[in-house]
Amino acid sequence: MTMQEHEAVALDTAAVPSEAAIARPLGLWLDRRRLLIGAAVIAGLMAPLVVANFTIFQLTMVMIYGLAILGLNLLTGFNGQFSLGHSAFYGIGAYTAAILMSGSAELSYYWTLPCAGAVCFVVGILLGLPALRLQGLYLALATFALAVALPQLLKSHVLEGLTGGVQGIVIDKPDPPLGLPINADQWLYYFTLAVLLVMFAAAAGLVRSRTGRAIMAIRDHPIAASAMGINTARYKTLTFGVSALYTGVAGALGAIVVQFVAPDSFSFLLSVNFLVGLIVGGIGSIPGSLFGGVFVLFVPNIAEKVSTGLSGAVYGIILLLLIFLMPSGAAGFVRRTAAWLARLRHTSTRGGA
Amino acid sequence: MEQLLQQVMAGLATGAIYATMALAVVMVYQAIDHLNFAQGELATFSTFLAWQMIEWGWSYWAAFAMTVAISFVIGIAIDRVLFRPVRNAPILSQLVAFIALFSILNSSDGEIWNFTIKTFPTPFGTKPLFGSGLISTHQAGMVAVTLVMLALLYLFFRGSRLGLAMRAAAANPEAARLVGIRVGWMIALGWGLSTAIGAVAGMLIAPIVFLDPNMMLGVLLYGFAGAVLGGLSSPGGAVFGGFAVGIIENLAGTFIPFVGQELKLTVALIVIVAVLMVRPAGIFGQVAVSRV
Repeated sequence: MTMQEHEAVALDTAAVPSEAAIARPLGLWLDRRRLLIGAAVIAGLMAPLVVANFTIFQLTMVMIYGLAILGLNLLTGFNGQFSLGHSAFYGIGAYTAAILMSGSAELSYYWTLPCAGAVCFVVGILLGLPALRLQGLYLALATFALAVALPQLLKSHVLEGLTGGVQGIVIDKPDPPLGLPINADQWLYYFTLAVLLVMFAAAAGLVRSRTGRAIMAIRDHPIAASAMGINTARYKTLTFGVSALYTGVAGALGAIVVQFVAPDSFSFLLSVNFLVGLIVGGIGSIPGSLFGGVFVLFVPNIAEKVSTGLSGAVYGIILLLLIFLMPSGAAGFVRRTAAWLARLRHTSTRGGA
Repeated sequence: MEQLLQQVMAGLATGAIYATMALAVVMVYQAIDHLNFAQGELATFSTFLAWQMIEWGWSYWAAFAMTVAISFVIGIAIDRVLFRPVRNAPILSQLVAFIALFSILNSSDGEIWNFTIKTFPTPFGTKPLFGSGLISTHQAGMVAVTLVMLALLYLFFRGSRLGLAMRAAAANPEAARLVGIRVGWMIALGWGLSTAIGAVAGMLIAPIVFLDPNMMLGVLLYGFAGAVLGGLSSPGGAVFGGFAVGIIENLAGTFIPFVGQELKLTVALIVIVAVLMVRPAGIFGQVAVSRV
C-alpha cells in the first residue's frame, strides 16, 4: 500500500514540474509573439524609407491583398463557408471608392473606405441570406455566380454612366496631408498600414470574443452549435457581411493605390487568387492572411522571371511544393516549427538538469 | 413561336457541349468525391494529343482510341503521384493542388502547341441535320455520343462488381476498406475514367469551339453550372442540367429586353441560384443525410 502511495506521489511530483516546464515556454512564446508583432510593425514603418517607389507600391499591394484575404479568412477559415465571390466584393469596394472620388460627389479618399465597407457589408448580408440554404460546392456556385456577374454588370450599358463601362474610371493619387516630407507613394503606404493594423486588430478581437467563438462553433459543428443556443442563421449572415466589408475596404484601398478601376480587373481569377492566398497563408490564421498577400503578389512575378513561356507551369509547381511541404499553410508550418523547437528546448533542459 | 423553337434548338446545340462536360464533372465527383477543377485542362491536353496524332497522319478513330487510352493512364498517374500524398490534407489544400495542376497544364499546352487557334476534325460532318439548319450533324452526333456514354456508365456503375466497388469506395471509404475493397486504387480508377471521359468531351467539343489552350475554360464553368443544377449525385441530372443551362442562356439573351448578349451568362447563373434555393442539392440530386 505504501509502495503504491509512494508511486502515486512520485508520479504526481513528476507531473508538476513537467507541466510548469511546458507552461513557461508557452508564456515565453506568447511574449515573443507580441515582440514579433512589434518588430514587424517597426519594420513596416521603416520599410518605405529605404526601398524604391515601385517596391513601396508592391508592399502596399501586399497589405491590401492581405486585408482582402483576411476578409475571406473570416468567412472560410473561421465560419467554414466557402466563397468564390470575393473578387466581386473587392470590385464593389473599388468601384464605390472610384465613383465617390471621381463623380460629382468628389469625396476625400479616406471617406470612401467606410462607404465601401458599408456597401459591401449590405451586399454581403444580401448574399449571405441565400447562402444559408446552400452548402459546400452549391454555395461555391452561388458565390461564383456573383463573381462572374460583376464584371458583366459593370460593363453593361445600363450602368455605363456610373461605371464608365469598359473604359473604367481613372482617379487621382491623393497627396500626403499637412505637408509631410514624404512622397505620395510613401503616404499611401502609411495610410494602408494604419488601416491594416486597425482592421487586423479588430479581426483578432472579433475572433477572441463571444461572437467569434460562436462563429467558430458553427464551423466546427453546426448542429451542436445550434443546440447550444447559437443563432446559426444570424451569425452566418453576419459573418458574410463582415467578410465582405473587409474585402470591400481592401478593394477601395486598391482602387486608390492603383488609381484606376476597370471591370476585367475584378474577374473570377481574382477570387481564385484570394483563395490560393488564403490556403497558402493558413486557413483560420490572421497573420497568415498577410503571408497570403505576399504570395499572391510576388510568386507570379517570380514564376515569370524563371521562365516567360512556362510561367504558369512554374507557378503551379511552386504551389504544389508549398502544399506538399506545408499542408496546413504557412501559419500551420510556423506553429509546428515553434512546437518542435519548444519540445527540443524542453528535452535539452531536462537532460541538463 | 418560330423564333422560340429556333432559340431552343440553338440552346440544345450549345447545351450539348455543356452536358458532355457536366457528365465528365459528375463522374469524377462520384468517384473521388471532389470537383476536379483541372478537368477542363486535362481534356484540352488530351485533345491536343489527338490533334498531334492526326497531324502525324493517324486516322481519326485510331487517334481517338489512343487518346482515350493515354488519358486513362494519365488520370491514374496524376492521382498516384499528385493527389495520393495530399489525400489527408485539408480539403482546401487539395483544391490548391487542382489549381496548380490547372496552371501547369494550361501553360504547358501553350508552350508545346502554342496559342494559335487550330481546327479539329469531326467524324460526323458539319452539314445541317435533316437540312433544317437548326442543328448540325456534328452537334447531333455529339448529343448521341453523350447519351451513349451516359448509358454505358450507368450500366458500369449499376451492373458491374467493379462499378459497385467504386461507388462503395466513394460513399464510405472506411466501410469499403473493411470489406476488402482497395479504396486507393478505386479512386485512381475514378481519375482514369474521368480523364478518359474528359478526353472524349474535349474531342467532341473542339470542332465547335476550336482548339486552343484556353478552349475549355468557359465550357468547364458552364459544365459545373449544369452539373450543380442537375445535382452532383446524378449523372442523368448533369446531362439534363447541361442542356438546361444552354437553353436558359439562349432564351434569356433573346427574349428579356436589355439583357442581350452581354448579360446572358449572368441571367443563366441567377436562374440556377434561384433553382438551388428551392432544391439545394440540385434538381435530381439526393440530399445527403448523415448520422450525427
